[in-house]
Amino acid sequence: MTASGTFSPRPGAAPLPRMIRAQAALETRMLLRNGEQLLLTVVIPALVLVLFGTVDIVDTGKGEAVDFLAPGVLALAVLSTAFTGQAIATGFERRYGVLKRLGVSPLPRWALMTAKTCSVLVTEVLQVALLVAIALGLGWSPHGNPAAVALLLLLGTAAFSGLGLLMAGTLRAEATLAAANLVFLLLLVGGGVMVPLDKFPDAAHSVLQLLPISALSDGLRDVLRDGAGMPWADLGILAVWAVLGLGAAARFFRWE
Amino acid sequence: MITGGRFLALPPRPVPALRRLPGMREEPAVEVVGLVKRYGTKTAVDGLDLSVARGTVTAVLGPNGAGKTTTIETCEGYRRPDAGRVRVLGLDPIADAARLRPRIGVMLQSGGVYAGARAEEMLRHTAALHAHPLDVDMLIERFGLGSCGRTTYRRLSGGQQQRLAMAMAVVGRPELVFLDEPTAGLDPQARRATWDLVRDLRDDGVTVVLTTHHMDEAEQLSDDVAIIDGGTVIAQGSPEELCRGGAENTLRFTGRPALDLRSLLKALPSDSAAAELTPGSYRISGTVDPQLLATVTSWCAQNGVMPDRISVERHTLEDVFLELTGKELRS
Repeated sequence: MTASGTFSPRPGAAPLPRMIRAQAALETRMLLRNGEQLLLTVVIPALVLVLFGTVDIVDTGKGEAVDFLAPGVLALAVLSTAFTGQAIATGFERRYGVLKRLGVSPLPRWALMTAKTCSVLVTEVLQVALLVAIALGLGWSPHGNPAAVALLLLLGTAAFSGLGLLMAGTLRAEATLAAANLVFLLLLVGGGVMVPLDKFPDAAHSVLQLLPISALSDGLRDVLRDGAGMPWADLGILAVWAVLGLGAAARFFRWE
Repeated sequence: MITGGRFLALPPRPVPALRRLPGMREEPAVEVVGLVKRYGTKTAVDGLDLSVARGTVTAVLGPNGAGKTTTIETCEGYRRPDAGRVRVLGLDPIADAARLRPRIGVMLQSGGVYAGARAEEMLRHTAALHAHPLDVDMLIERFGLGSCGRTTYRRLSGGQQQRLAMAMAVVGRPELVFLDEPTAGLDPQARRATWDLVRDLRDDGVTVVLTTHHMDEAEQLSDDVAIIDGGTVIAQGSPEELCRGGAENTLRFTGRPALDLRSLLKALPSDSAAAELTPGSYRISGTVDPQLLATVTSWCAQNGVMPDRISVERHTLEDVFLELTGKELRS
């Protein structure tokens, strides 16, 4: 057989921005193509908003139900994508050797994590747009400082990503799947998303309000419903979770 | 290709397919010296030496658990050696990982693809991570992935998954490709197609390191074979050299079980050996020439034995392996 030159070596890594863009686009497509993930990221938050916003099942305290629910559901959207969705997807990528194979590609690990973060943020933008549209249709009238809202959502994303990746990088994929869904359900109920935290006994209340989901939903509610400025206490709680979660993930994440 | 003035920075095309000449001093593509790798108390690789010349196909051959994958994965930068020295294209696979990764192609033993990704999508994505990737349409054609390009990975057959993984290993135009059991689970036709691809890679100047536990694959494909057992290389050389290393030839026949071979051995030259491999199946090894054949058949006639299926065989790698390790390869 004679050399055709088809496979003649000409190695090289693509420019970093191109690699990150391609990786982020692929990760986003994988996420949007996954039916179970869409249930978590889109259907459940939208259902919570529509159901509890129109039917008086849960006592949401003073004012319109939607003014209480919309900030909570935005927090839920961040939880579903940055934590649950990312944990499950990454857990199975680890299990099926996707992370292992990418580990010998020209894409550096930090660039892979950057791409994952971009994909989470793109998904969240789509979620927020959809949920805000539904809430506005239900008569929601948001207040407050958009910069504070953006900062809360970003810190919340960082906190949940750290915890999600910690779980995905240390547990078996099946365990991650079960645990991530369980945590999602528990936080949906006990994180001030659809049930006001002051409905819980005082002792429980003081612990629950330190959860990242509670800080996020409470902070968003302070701004969007009550027109507060910067909810520093909630931002502080989220920042601590972000540092702890991302730090532990960086320390303990196993790629195989 | 010509975008944003970057065309000026394109490196020159390499000289195609420079074959190794005898006596030419060139740094090996892979150099492993005294590699030790332990998992807990189990020693997977135990003082292994391996050298792979550039532009060759080297088969790392051995039974399951011999240390093949651990060795390959150490070269790929996945495992940190407990002792020894590993250089791939002159680089340390861990310390120089960022410089090494774009230059190698890797086919893992299994997996490596998003379950929900389509075959063509994944190949295009892998291409996008490289500066000068091969034409993806051409690869899809060459690897027979046209009919399943839109199929998600989890729905591909085992053979299609293998071909996609190999296409992903070569799409970035690497200098060196590691293929971990590239034909495991393939039907004979698909195996041959993969062999052709490996030969084309070599002919175009790509160094190929593959693991296999198929003797015929190693014999057919490789310029060099490293036989691994118990975590060390027990023999390395071209298939011809390895086969010459043992007895020159083998004569086999079948007959009545439990023949007394001592009288036969007395009649044969002193470098010969005779053994009953399984009841009624005999192997004579040594310098098998017409004289030896005549001696064996006349001994059979004296003993009233009809030597059925008598055959003279070239010594195979299978025999070499059996001799070296005392066990069958595919156990």
